[in-house]
Amino acid sequence: MKLSPKISQKVAWIAMWIAGVIVFLVLIGLVGFVFLRGIPTLSPGFLSKPITEGGILPAIIGTIYLVLLTLAIAVPLGLGAAIYLAEYAPKGKLTSVVRYGIETLAGVPSIVFGLFGMALFVIVLIGTQSILAGALTMACLVLPTMIRTSEEAIKAVPAAQREASLALGATKWQTITRVVFPAALPGIITAVILCVGRAIEETACLYATLGLSLLTPTSIFHGARTLSLHLYMLATEMPGDRGALVAQAMGTAVILICMVMLINFLAHHLSSRYMSRIRGTGSCEF
Amino acid sequence: MSFEITTKDLDVFYGEKQALKKVNLCVNEHQITALMGPSGCGKSTLLRSLNRMNDNIAGVRVEGQVLLGGRDVYAPEVDAVEIRQRVGMVFQQPNPLPKSIFENIAFGPKVLGMKNKTALEEIAEKSLRAAALWDEVKDELKKSALALSGGQQQRLCIARALAIQPEVILMDEPCSALDPFSTLKIEELMQVLKKRYTIVIVTHNMQQAARVSDWTGFFLMGKLIEYDETAEVFSRPKDKRTENYITGRFG
Repeated sequence: MKLSPKISQKVAWIAMWIAGVIVFLVLIGLVGFVFLRGIPTLSPGFLSKPITEGGILPAIIGTIYLVLLTLAIAVPLGLGAAIYLAEYAPKGKLTSVVRYGIETLAGVPSIVFGLFGMALFVIVLIGTQSILAGALTMACLVLPTMIRTSEEAIKAVPAAQREASLALGATKWQTITRVVFPAALPGIITAVILCVGRAIEETACLYATLGLSLLTPTSIFHGARTLSLHLYMLATEMPGDRGALVAQAMGTAVILICMVMLINFLAHHLSSRYMSRIRGTGSCEF
Repeated sequence: MSFEITTKDLDVFYGEKQALKKVNLCVNEHQITALMGPSGCGKSTLLRSLNRMNDNIAGVRVEGQVLLGGRDVYAPEVDAVEIRQRVGMVFQQPNPLPKSIFENIAFGPKVLGMKNKTALEEIAEKSLRAAALWDEVKDELKKSALALSGGQQQRLCIARALAIQPEVILMDEPCSALDPFSTLKIEELMQVLKKRYTIVIVTHNMQQAARVSDWTGFFLMGKLIEYDETAEVFSRPKDKRTENYITGRFG
């Protein structure tokens, strides 16, 4: 049987509509469920007490430590690599191999990074599970995101602006620092925020590298746990009253979702501002 | 008559493709030299090899010489950056940087190391006056350069090129993105500027070449077919191909 174009259009529209509604309902259902179950757990004490007393303060501090240290490692490295790839790398076999390597790295499961981090950073370099080992591992995990996103931002700077700068007697490096970098900055900030989101969300690469300590970390050589790791431990392994533990896990999940939502909102806000700025420039060039 | 720029047997290749073939051109000091010809004839390539802007294109190869004040700009010890400080450039599309009007002018002097704010402000005023833009923007130097009209943007780009005090100004079809009124303003400006600078302009537009230039070169398929005083080229072309082009039989 052949459908008339009018009917097939109608059928397609209904199918898309149903798919859209299902996705929306799943999302609302999931977040709603976590919020309904988790919000009753939230209290000033929950945020400020140690884990042994049912709070999550050490996990919050651990998350901050890990995110900052990860950024301190991944941002300079990633930005350097992105600038090299976008501005200096010769078009050749080696460059395409490097680029292919970065693409592949982006698709490697995070547990593999965890295994690598344990073998290299924990066992060989540092000798103990610690924030430093966790952050080094996490930095490896977020590097492809950092490199690719900032490289795209750098490449999006119009060639006419580079030429304007070079024609005024600026060196290539002056052109990069004074023209290309400021124009690419919003995109680079987006890259950093995506990395922050990744570092907050990931657990598998930290499981064997961060140390799972219950205590509030005071040094990067101490073990710690992040909120997502804590959530995982609460849900699976902590001995004790299951009901109370699941309630705590839900509360932790609410905090996590809020953090991730905030970060995604920031990323979206910055990248849309960035896009409108690029379009704005484009329209001024006729 | 002294020559500011002389090319000697200049060949330029993009990969396998030869864009310029044995071009010999003498650009006179304090005059306007127009390079005209159909699209793809090599006129822009020639312009961009005079200040080594072609260096940035992958696969480009230059043979022969470009002498600027007697010195080969492609000699191994010569720095392209230094050449571009002596030979300024204005592009086809106005390309102000996404900064304020003042910052656009100050960009060149700043990369050369000038930090003194008063001196930079003096240069900005002088350059904007020289580019006939001062009266229109003097009260809004902090405004984004992107907010200016196309014609104003192009005059800002000229002012910006003047701010580094070049000897030569290269203009790559500077009016092709502008309306007739803005074009007229820029053409008038060129007549004033040639008293202090040597100008080389690439143009698609024969009438423009005839109006503004003292010397005209006609390019066809990478070769300089004819080069003479503008009046001579347009009234008594020596080459049949030049005559065909200016009488509108092709191009």
